[in-house]
Amino acid sequence: MLVGIGFISPWILGFLAFLVYPIAYSFYLSFTRYTGFGAPQWIGLGNYRQLLHDQLFWTSLYNTLYYTALAVPLGTIVALVMALAMNQRLREVLLYRTALYLPSILPAFAVSFIFLVLMDPQNGVLNYLLYLLGLPQVNWLGDPRVAKLSIVLMSQLGAGNAALIFLAGLKAIPRTLYEAAELDGAGQWGKFVHITLPMLTPVLLYNLVIGIIGGLQVFTQSYILTGGGPANSTLFYVYYLYNNAFAYSRLGYAAALSWILFVVSAVLSLLVFRSAARWVHYEIY
Amino acid sequence: MRSTYMSAREQVSSRVRISLGWLRGAVARLVLLAIAAVFLFPLYWMLATAVKTDAELAHFPPSLWPAHWEWGNFLAAARYVPLFLYMKNTLVITIWTVIGAVVSNAIVAYGFSGIDWPGRDKVFGLVLATIFIPFPVLLVPLFDIFAHLGWVNTYLPLIVPAYFGNAFWIFLLRQFLLQIPAELSDAARIDGAGELRIFWQIVLPLAKPAIATVAIFAALGAWNDFLGPLIYLQDNSKYTLSIGLAFFRSEHNLRLNLLMAASTVVVTPVILLFLSCQRYFVEGITLGSVR
Repeated sequence: MLVGIGFISPWILGFLAFLVYPIAYSFYLSFTRYTGFGAPQWIGLGNYRQLLHDQLFWTSLYNTLYYTALAVPLGTIVALVMALAMNQRLREVLLYRTALYLPSILPAFAVSFIFLVLMDPQNGVLNYLLYLLGLPQVNWLGDPRVAKLSIVLMSQLGAGNAALIFLAGLKAIPRTLYEAAELDGAGQWGKFVHITLPMLTPVLLYNLVIGIIGGLQVFTQSYILTGGGPANSTLFYVYYLYNNAFAYSRLGYAAALSWILFVVSAVLSLLVFRSAARWVHYEIY
Repeated sequence: MRSTYMSAREQVSSRVRISLGWLRGAVARLVLLAIAAVFLFPLYWMLATAVKTDAELAHFPPSLWPAHWEWGNFLAAARYVPLFLYMKNTLVITIWTVIGAVVSNAIVAYGFSGIDWPGRDKVFGLVLATIFIPFPVLLVPLFDIFAHLGWVNTYLPLIVPAYFGNAFWIFLLRQFLLQIPAELSDAARIDGAGELRIFWQIVLPLAKPAIATVAIFAALGAWNDFLGPLIYLQDNSKYTLSIGLAFFRSEHNLRLNLLMAASTVVVTPVILLFLSCQRYFVEGITLGSVR
């Protein structure tokens, strides 16, 4: 017993110092006015009351939910298509795996720099492509109606990660299931809908939860690409939290924002897990 | 041999199946080639832009292949931006983070897998639950705590937490360690070896591939980190590549070819690490997800 706890003691210390205590401390701070200097000043529910009337809070919450609601399903579909294609017997499949996974480990800030060039309204290659196709030019990062979508588009470059997880799930499906279905006369589509998809649902659940939690944290891309603009259209939640804490020195208010994020994230994860009982197919095989 | 026994109908159907298989392969190939081209294009464009001259850069339509490869842009970028300083700083943080992550996660994961103790799996459930806490929630309190310790504008807030284990990597290593047959350590226990010796001499050597995976992902996390350095580092002389480049771009209106040259410098080590350690990457992301 003591030896076991000895081995995990680094985690226990970190858990207390970098998680339990900070969370409790931020709960306390969220009821105070605090600039980071001097003592926090108790104001009760003041911060939370102010949140309700804070237009930027609602805007940033909306922006982040909008981003997550688009980027996660789209990324899941892209990743699934990639995984299905990679699961075909192709001699050079390792090359594709390399090419598709590589962009997902590149630093977000560097990828953002690259998209600054790709999405340049005058000289950008994306607008040149539209021009070649005879389509109207798009102000990718300068138009408030488009900017969020541009960041969603850019985030698809990270789909390789989820694709490899799907691929591992595909490889784990026993061949005998497909053989049995073939004997029953199932076609390609039938096998996909009745075997592949249900057997992939546990992996899908994993990818969804990881995607949602990551989506709610979107920050770096808009910090570099747009600075939160135009017209606050890419002011994501974490960006607003960051601004309050480190640009406006409103640490108490930022702590209240953190707690809302914590609750939103917990509720969304819980909803997904709850719904999982209905659509995730756990079968011992 | 077998085909001689096949009926005519079976032969036809097997031929149909083969050609269908070929067709599916061709479709899959087309899809993959298209996606791979789209996914690698930004990297190509980064390099192509990095070597364009200012005149070529201003030209519309953009040239898809640089007319003249101006490698001197890399020198110009390094002269303009303190790239080597930023790289040295990033490397210092990365190395210390990797050491902390490897040591702490291996030890903790052994405590959750190699040794039996009452309540172990309940505590492990708690570890798993912490994976789902979004990091930005801790931004404000952690900053204030580190500020009171006088750690702001040092590398300590970026390095020290790595020495206390990370829930996801503990989980990953534990998955791996559970596959090591218990007989090995049991035999050593009968011979009177202590847990530390078993961990050090038996488990650790066997767990090398999984530990390499943790080391690689820890290195990647530190190298790619933006938010951490953004919050804690204040002196230009301490900046990492991530915030150094971001600030330099916004303050000095860095030319795009030089920005892309600097980005190439940032991205190249990541690509090299990936190409040389591919199997650890694949192991790392799939070990955790599939039961």
